[in-house]
Amino acid sequence: MTGGDMAAPPALDRRAVVLEIMRGRRDLLVVASLGSPTYDLAAAGDHERNFYLWGAMGGATTFGLGLALAQPEVPVLVLVGDGECLMGLGALATIAVQRPANLSVVVLDNGLYGETGAQRSHTSGGLTDLAQVARACGIAETMRIETEAQVKELAERVGRLGAGPLVAVVRIGGEEKPRCIPSRDGVALKARMRRALGLDSM
Amino acid sequence: MTTFVAGDSETVEQPRASWPREIYDVLRSMDVTIAAYVPDGGHAELIQRLHDDPAVTAVPLTTEEEGVALVSGAWIGGRRGVLLMQSSGVGNCVNMLSLVKTCRFPLLALVTMRGEWGEFNPWQVPMGSATQQALELMDVKVFRASDPSEVAPTVEAATRMAFLGGTPVAVLLSQKLIGAKVFTK
Repeated sequence: MTGGDMAAPPALDRRAVVLEIMRGRRDLLVVASLGSPTYDLAAAGDHERNFYLWGAMGGATTFGLGLALAQPEVPVLVLVGDGECLMGLGALATIAVQRPANLSVVVLDNGLYGETGAQRSHTSGGLTDLAQVARACGIAETMRIETEAQVKELAERVGRLGAGPLVAVVRIGGEEKPRCIPSRDGVALKARMRRALGLDSM
Repeated sequence: MTTFVAGDSETVEQPRASWPREIYDVLRSMDVTIAAYVPDGGHAELIQRLHDDPAVTAVPLTTEEEGVALVSGAWIGGRRGVLLMQSSGVGNCVNMLSLVKTCRFPLLALVTMRGEWGEFNPWQVPMGSATQQALELMDVKVFRASDPSEVAPTVEAATRMAFLGGTPVAVLLSQKLIGAKVFTK
């Protein structure tokens, strides 16, 4: 950051952001992309309505879209990092066409590929602006989250249906957190979420 | 320089085939209500029918791998989806198929073939030649239909294996079935 950004508030703590969003969860279904978002979600407390991805990079948001289309009355949250979002940018356009009122995508943006050695991503220094990208794709409701008050607003919004899909970009710090490692058993996680929805495991 | 423009249809050589409608009937009878696709001329009629059906959610994708994740997410939420694409799109799906394999999601993909029968465009040939192997490398079961009479029973068998047996399945629809794309000056 340069001297011109002196007025910007300090970057948010990713774990505190995710914890605040999860704290009041009711029927919310959550999909987390591989790497830190999965650890953040697990750190906020494991839940039968959590689905952790350990691969399939670039696919988290369209996985969430499929889930949102299948459960239109249930709020669905996809938690992704900036790297994951960048790999599946086209998915924002695909979501915009479907306009699911129950889908929120929260991008935890630190401008870094944290899992692989903290290389700078395309959003580093504010270059690629994912909220603007989402808006340009046709996502009507976008948020830029930089303060704790805005996090509270976001937490309230993702728990309910909106007028359409939401993409919120949260500016988080780049520090690495202790890993909180949930199950890597995809079959079990899949069966668990289906059972939580009253569906057969297969 | 010679300029070519594509004909207004990719199936101009043949009278209107009945198999696209038969695929639609099979899908609907098996309660498939999400259809994710990257357009292909060979799938044009089926895509239109799916869009025209208010009980079906038709989802245009920007790339085929989105569809692999999308139909998996739909299935975890209790809806059956189909993924429609051209053979070139199979290459785009390869890593995303690890989601299907690791979590044992069912998959039903209907793939129209290019690059194998009277193909005008050599750029279609490499992926068309590798389509079946690419799917099999990722443990997707592959069926093929080359005659119009085979299409509906093959798609029905694949749909059963996918959603009743939990097996990832792709049906390759031969270019012979569709006809080579005709380019006219």
